[in-house]
Amino acid sequence: MSLFAKKLLAVSAAVLAIGALIALYVADWATSFPKEVAAAPAPANSGGASLTLETVAAVGGKYSPTHPSWVSYLVRTNNRWERTTDFTVPANSVVHVTIYQFDTPTGLRNPFLSQVQGTVGSATLDGKPFTTIPPEEASHTFAVPELGVFVPLAGVPEESKHPCEEAPCEPSTMDHRTITFTFRTGKKGRYRWQCFVPCGAGWYFGNGGPMQTLGYMDGFIDVV
Amino acid sequence: MSEPNHARRFALIWGIASVVATPLVIVLLGPILPPGKSTEQAAGQVTDNTVLLGMATPVLLLVVLYLAYSSIYFRQPKGGAVLEGPAVRGDARVQTTWIIVTTALVLSLAAYGTARLLSDNGAGSGSGPTPLTVPKGPKLPVQVIGQQWAFTYRYPTYGGVEVPHLVLPEGKMIELHVTSLDVIHSFWARQLGVKADANPQVDNIAFVEPTKVGAFEVRCSELCGLWHGEMFDHGRVVTQAEFATWIQQAQVAYAPATKALPPYSTTYLPEPTRRGG
Repeated sequence: MSLFAKKLLAVSAAVLAIGALIALYVADWATSFPKEVAAAPAPANSGGASLTLETVAAVGGKYSPTHPSWVSYLVRTNNRWERTTDFTVPANSVVHVTIYQFDTPTGLRNPFLSQVQGTVGSATLDGKPFTTIPPEEASHTFAVPELGVFVPLAGVPEESKHPCEEAPCEPSTMDHRTITFTFRTGKKGRYRWQCFVPCGAGWYFGNGGPMQTLGYMDGFIDVV
Repeated sequence: MSEPNHARRFALIWGIASVVATPLVIVLLGPILPPGKSTEQAAGQVTDNTVLLGMATPVLLLVVLYLAYSSIYFRQPKGGAVLEGPAVRGDARVQTTWIIVTTALVLSLAAYGTARLLSDNGAGSGSGPTPLTVPKGPKLPVQVIGQQWAFTYRYPTYGGVEVPHLVLPEGKMIELHVTSLDVIHSFWARQLGVKADANPQVDNIAFVEPTKVGAFEVRCSELCGLWHGEMFDHGRVVTQAEFATWIQQAQVAYAPATKALPPYSTTYLPEPTRRGG
């Protein structure tokens, strides 16, 4: 084999190897989704399913070694908190959601979203029914635009005595707001949900990083 | 055997094919072209697409038929020696004809497009904050507000109420004011024949007159982040009576949010404008 042929072979092999590595990386990235968590059956007297979530200002290294400072949702499953934003819920049913909100206010960019919309019955904030909150007091929202569900989550006051700096945050010991609401799922399908408060600190318009990455401030509700 | 006059023969074939195919394309394909006829503007776009298709048909036939004709008559004979063809030296008549025809085609399309935009008040496109032409008569202003990743809609003549889904009355000229609260979006209601960029701090005006009751899709058509593909919505065109009832109910249903809204403005500079870090 001539020297030129050997060089050509070596370069071709190197290009192929690098291409394969890039393809593997892209394929892994494109097919990586957070773990899917099924909503728990609701108590018999209320029917449907239930989801228990918490919102934290910093998700911490335990849940996200690569992005410990990112704001995030966590879900309660098997008696522990997990970081995922893909939930499975039953079709044509009701889902009872409880959110323990541990973050401070950022404020809504569009005050229209400060009103509770699309829920079945009243939403409650710390045990009291509410329809709206002051837009500047919103810390996050839980919104499923295609289902018309928008629920603003009021923030914990900046001066709170027992703030939770990093997940996991325990409702029994740390300052938080408790929001409950129920929504109807309708037909089967995959529905995007997201936070509409620009809470992605340090990102363009507050909407990058955790706001555009599955597993933090947005995800999918799979109605099955 | 003497060589036939290929130019004349091909021109004849092409001419006949164009005369037959163009009306067929216009008559058969024209009525089913997008975006349909649910608004005056969409119907106008169907006409425009039909004109474009009609003009493109002879051009397409020219290319395809010439390729076929060449393949049949100018191919290398089987078993013959592979020879270089005669040098092409240029032909003033062909070149002049080509330049004149293509120039006429492009300029006529430019003139047609300009005339359509002016006669149809932007033909459903965003015309900026000061459109060159404005439809006469009463108009219903509706604001389209884009944000990552949803559109909402505000009706300034109904107390500034904002709603999550667009509802429009049939048979009324709508004046859409399209803007954004964060990055660049684009409001595209395909069935309405409306597409207008939603830029922060810009009031982009588009006019549309719905003529048919029914549902339509809204999509963002400007890459606005990783959730851009999920930024879609459904709207409705309803009768004027239904609209009157619906807007009344919306004013009541969204009264708490309306109280929290800033006064209606053609653009907004909302807080927080940027989350620091």
